[in-house]
Amino acid sequence: MLDLASLAAGLGAGLTIIGGALGIGKLATAAMEASGRQPEAAGAIRTSMIIAAALIEGISLFALVICFILAGK
Amino acid sequence: MSQIDSVSTSQIADSVAARSNSDASSDWIMHHVMDGNYLDFSPFGKIYLPHIELFGIDISITRHVVIMWLGAVLLGLVFFNVAKSYKKSLVPKGSANFWEVLIIFVRDEIAKPTIGKGYEGFLPYLLTAFFFILFGNFLGLIPFSATFTSNIAVTSVLAIFSFMVIQIGGIKNNGVFGYFKGLIPHGVPIFLLPIMLIVEILGLFTKPFALAIRLFANLTAGHIVIYALISLIFVMQSYLISPVSIGMALFIYSLEVLVALLQAYIFTMLSSLFIGMAVHQDH
Repeated sequence: MLDLASLAAGLGAGLTIIGGALGIGKLATAAMEASGRQPEAAGAIRTSMIIAAALIEGISLFALVICFILAGK
Repeated sequence: MSQIDSVSTSQIADSVAARSNSDASSDWIMHHVMDGNYLDFSPFGKIYLPHIELFGIDISITRHVVIMWLGAVLLGLVFFNVAKSYKKSLVPKGSANFWEVLIIFVRDEIAKPTIGKGYEGFLPYLLTAFFFILFGNFLGLIPFSATFTSNIAVTSVLAIFSFMVIQIGGIKNNGVFGYFKGLIPHGVPIFLLPIMLIVEILGLFTKPFALAIRLFANLTAGHIVIYALISLIFVMQSYLISPVSIGMALFIYSLEVLVALLQAYIFTMLSSLFIGMAVHQDH
């Protein structure tokens, strides 16, 4: 119960995932709408969407690494 | 006073005992995900690997080193044969067909759009990085094997190679002074120049750092999720949860296959994007 580091790791991971999921959700929304408006561009939009999703996920994984370090303390 | 002390110490002892019991699953997860001195064929046995020290630096052979050698040997064998099959004719035969699809993908979707003119010089490095990371990620999905791309040392070295290729490419194409001058965008007021220079030089270092952390964390996190789902069986101490737990673990496993491909693509795409930004600096 007194293990604040583990609590911090859990809370941190949860908060990070909220941000990451919201960001990727907005990204997917924009990509779907753009593909719907112009189906010929769907390939290029999909490529850009994958790249942007990996960048956003990279940021959320920075915070996850800090949570790993905290949970190991 | 002494009674309160004894109650509190026994409570602390209980909590420590509970913590060490509940930490058993996280210990098991960490022990499987991190590097180790032995090759683990769990129910069958272990192969202990030699411990070598050179000038006080520990360069012993570990699990990740062995799997990395296996990956390198596989890479060499596969692509040596692919290259040999092109000596007779430009039309690929046999397995070279499959590798040609991936090689053309890296050339046409990754290198050409992002680097533009002069992409051929960087293509060997981009192809090597792509296939090394791809083979590494896929080798990690085989049972009884280890993921060497989930080792921060390996991903850091890959990022350092990307950094060197980016800087050398940029300096060769623009000259040393021209490269650093080209880092600063046009139309910046003169009093912002020192800040812009510091920010851009820091950016030169943070981008490969992000490459390393992204690859390492993606692969480690995937494996930790799979191990955590399987360790649910032992935490709940019941066999009834095993269909659910193994089903979810299989789903995450198939997601891991996608992540393996995607992370190789992202590393190569971002490296080539940074190379393109360094080589053709007109924004």
